[in-house]
Amino acid sequence: MGEKYRIAIVGSGPAGLSAAAHAASIGVSHILLEKTDHLSDTIFRYQRGKYVMATPAQLVLRADLNFDAGYRENILETWNGGIAEAKATVRYNADVKSIAGEKGDFTLTLTNGDTVQAETVVLAIGLQGNPNLMRCPGGDLPHVQYQLDDPTAYIDEHIFIIGAGDAGIENALGLAADPAQANVVSIVNRSADFSRAKDANVSNLMNARDAGRVSTYTEASPSKVEPGFITLEVPDGELRLKCDRIIARLGASAPRKQVESFGIEFTSANNDACPKLSPTFETTKEGIYVIGALAGYPLIKHCMNQGHDVVEFINGNLTLAPADEPILAKKLAELPGGRSVADWLELLREKVEILNGLSPLQMREFLMGAEVHFYRANQVIFERHAIGSSLFGVASGSVKVEINPANPAITVPIGAGSIFGEVGLISGRRRGATIRAAEDCIAVEIPRTAALKLMATSKEARDTVHRITTERTVLQIFGSGLSAADVAGVLAKAEVKEVKPGEAIIKEGDESYDIFIVRRGSMVVEREIAGKPVFLNYIPAGQWAGEMALVEGGRRSATVRAAIRSDVIKLDGDTFRLLLNRKPELVARLRSDMSARRRIGEFIDKEKDNFSGVLDYYTSVAKFLVDQGVGEATDVLLIDEKLCVGCDNCEKACADAHDGLSRLDREAGRTYAHLHVPTSCRHCEHPHCMTDCPPNAIHRGPDGEVFIDNTCIGCGNCQRFCPYGVIRMDKPPPKKPGLVPWLLFGMGPGPGEPDKAWKEANAKHGDGSHKQAIKCDMCSGIKGGPACVRACPTGAAIRVSPENFLSVALLDRGRG
Amino acid sequence: MAGGVRQVDRSDVRKHEGFLRDGNFRWLWIALALCAVSIAGYLMIDAEPRPRGGTMYGYTLGTIGALLIVWLALFGIRKRAITTGVYSLKAWLSAHVYLGLSLLVIGTLHAGFHFGWNVHTLAYALMVLVIVSGMFGAAAYAVLPERLSANRGETTQRQWLETIRSLDSQLRDAAQPLDRAEADLVRLSTEQTDIGGSLWSRLTGDYSGCKTRRAVEELARTRRSGPANPSLDQIDSLLKRKQETLAQARRHIRIKTILEVWLYVHVPVTFALLAALTAHIVSVFFYW
Repeated sequence: MGEKYRIAIVGSGPAGLSAAAHAASIGVSHILLEKTDHLSDTIFRYQRGKYVMATPAQLVLRADLNFDAGYRENILETWNGGIAEAKATVRYNADVKSIAGEKGDFTLTLTNGDTVQAETVVLAIGLQGNPNLMRCPGGDLPHVQYQLDDPTAYIDEHIFIIGAGDAGIENALGLAADPAQANVVSIVNRSADFSRAKDANVSNLMNARDAGRVSTYTEASPSKVEPGFITLEVPDGELRLKCDRIIARLGASAPRKQVESFGIEFTSANNDACPKLSPTFETTKEGIYVIGALAGYPLIKHCMNQGHDVVEFINGNLTLAPADEPILAKKLAELPGGRSVADWLELLREKVEILNGLSPLQMREFLMGAEVHFYRANQVIFERHAIGSSLFGVASGSVKVEINPANPAITVPIGAGSIFGEVGLISGRRRGATIRAAEDCIAVEIPRTAALKLMATSKEARDTVHRITTERTVLQIFGSGLSAADVAGVLAKAEVKEVKPGEAIIKEGDESYDIFIVRRGSMVVEREIAGKPVFLNYIPAGQWAGEMALVEGGRRSATVRAAIRSDVIKLDGDTFRLLLNRKPELVARLRSDMSARRRIGEFIDKEKDNFSGVLDYYTSVAKFLVDQGVGEATDVLLIDEKLCVGCDNCEKACADAHDGLSRLDREAGRTYAHLHVPTSCRHCEHPHCMTDCPPNAIHRGPDGEVFIDNTCIGCGNCQRFCPYGVIRMDKPPPKKPGLVPWLLFGMGPGPGEPDKAWKEANAKHGDGSHKQAIKCDMCSGIKGGPACVRACPTGAAIRVSPENFLSVALLDRGRG
Repeated sequence: MAGGVRQVDRSDVRKHEGFLRDGNFRWLWIALALCAVSIAGYLMIDAEPRPRGGTMYGYTLGTIGALLIVWLALFGIRKRAITTGVYSLKAWLSAHVYLGLSLLVIGTLHAGFHFGWNVHTLAYALMVLVIVSGMFGAAAYAVLPERLSANRGETTQRQWLETIRSLDSQLRDAAQPLDRAEADLVRLSTEQTDIGGSLWSRLTGDYSGCKTRRAVEELARTRRSGPANPSLDQIDSLLKRKQETLAQARRHIRIKTILEVWLYVHVPVTFALLAALTAHIVSVFFYW
């Protein structure tokens, strides 16, 4: 191995492949080192037939290899062909163990002892090539594998999946999908519940378990692997089970130790930190470059562009602007000051606190998904009650919040560096106040998905958002009587807790006086009357509980428990007491604020002897509705079965208002005390359907409706994520004759969704339409509002929001 | 950023009310006022030689009545035309019911209690028939939904059909070891299942020819006379489950049929009424 290459590229994922292809095409001497015997192992490991997305759509691809959204097989074929055509130098089975030397003279030592000489090194090793291994005895046996290419390839085997994350569950379901394969599939989970996986996967797994297709072992871990058997450690001892194959899906981690051993520093000690990089992808070790997922870019298009760019940089083209430069320049064009893109990025990163933790490269990617606005003094940024889930960061100037809708003159300032709009982001609710620019100001608007991604990738951003949110909620509890400085002590002791459904955060009769803020999810308040819990109230995200005991003293008057899985912030009661002692005027204020909340308690006390039947009704209906997801809903269709004659005019109206497809199934769904919750969208606060929409086609509209736009690719993810089964996959039926021809001459199928036979008989083939996800959009954009309610002849169909419905209104209904 | 105007007004539950109570009985009051004014006018205006359709007041009432009839008939279109714009079909139905009832008063006063064997009285009779069938419908709408819901529980029509299909296939499996005569019994049930049936059956819930019932009865006889047979016990329980499901489905069909059957009078007679009304008006103006 005497040859010294100009560039050694480690890893043949999208980034490495693109770098090698570009080096080959411009004639730079290079070698691509791949540790397996095939290219692009991460994509190779995708389950057979997986559809790979090409996002972000607006980013141009600047690479010598082709890449379009498509199936795993096609993409691999394109790349293999492209690399062969470019005559790139590839060395397979070359697993780099160490890198020694300095810029211009690196020696890469492989695990087989060979060495490679190179002037520069490009690390494109990604994260996935480093799966966490089984560590029990026998974990290195050949029937233990870390991937599953083709679930249909195994028949008549006893297969154990170790690890119940999404990958593990998807593998288990894939293997058990076809009973004809006769596999005995088991999944082993170290914890008691399946909380790490997506809800949709978990519910599919539970169905498979109940149907006897998959066995689950919880609180179990493998302790020994032998040919033909596996031994599991379970809570009550050990089990030795027949096992022909083990698929371990224990996650993957950045090979940080190894990367650091090359002399590369990371941005912080956090688990999710990335290597420190210069704008040319160079690490703190001169001559070593990092691109791709390891650099913090999980998207294939980014990776491929970086592969191209890094070769250009190494080849001396330092003036090359990144592929996203024109897009960013356009976004920043309207700002005053005439800075360059790089200057703007640096300014924003420095000024806006939540962006402090990002690297210049991450800033670029971040800004691709965000907008920067310039507001003149007094310009409205958003209005109270407007729907919006984006987060704003103030880069310069300041804004003012109109905290009193009755008197816009009363405002609270938010200065440069801080954020606003975070309430909509976290709880999915409407804007709580109008915000105007106090002076000329520049603000970054971060859409919900980008903000969530920012919070997921940067711990600093996450902590900052949570700290500011908590601070604002605390200030809100006390109205305008306090300043941020007053509550600093309380906040310092705040802790975030996850609460399981049904778990109580406050118990009636306890002598505690901590305050809880519901950050995510929702709570129900109950009081025990005659041995039975009586539903008192519903607390949505963004509200708080527990201040009554603090102000009034005495024991807790009610129990507060989580309706769904929730996050609460616990604020220390003692610290609060100190604060209240210093500000006695606040106590009086809090008392008057609480009077409304106290009224229902008094009402129930008064009624409990006369109306125990009403209370029972109230409690059980409230419980039923919360179980049906009304607790996390923002707007839900209910059918009063005391009025419903079953004419299905609601369904017909729905279909006729939406391209002939009904988005509701009146008859299906649960019923309690003549209150029916049909299969129809609840417009959840945190829509499950939005969890993983590849084209980002699901949005919350101006009236709070969650809707799917027609960039939907029909992948069905949202349908799987929706726990209420309200999304259907279908394509619009052919256009039918109007009402008058039907009435007079019987032409066409009549009002409502045409039946299947008519659809098929009249279908136009080859018009390119495909199945898309269909769900209720609350008739957004249709004057008059939801057609289902308008078209109900008897008044049975009503739309309600939980905070209005789960209240005294329900009591009145109970009394008839 | 969209404005803060809220397009969708969620129903206030406290105001949530059925079609009969819509808007605090708004249409009931309007209809009553219309009747009161008509009666007052009838009493106060001294028509010569006697009150009838041909007087000025008679024409006025007749015009109001005819316009009402046409407008009420248009409800069928209103119900099916899902147009945009703020409207409530519930309010329409409320108006339809109360104004329809007021026609009894207006029509009778228009006729001046003057009836005979002619096309005019035919129109009147048809109108009364439509109104009476409508009263039946309104009463059914007010009373039956609660029973429909109670009977249905949380099951749907499709689920019943699936349950019955699955019970049938279980019955067929369970009948495999039986001898010919016993298997024939099971076949009675699996080969013919009546749920809908004739209008009479649907309305009365009388399915005396029900093969499943016969199968249950004959099976009971066989089991009493013969030795204990576990397969027959299983079949008996399957058949009884099928019978229960059938009974539930038939009750559902029965209530649904009552909710709809009056329309088979209401709608066609409305068309007959429109025809008779036209004849009445034409004849009045050309041959009177």
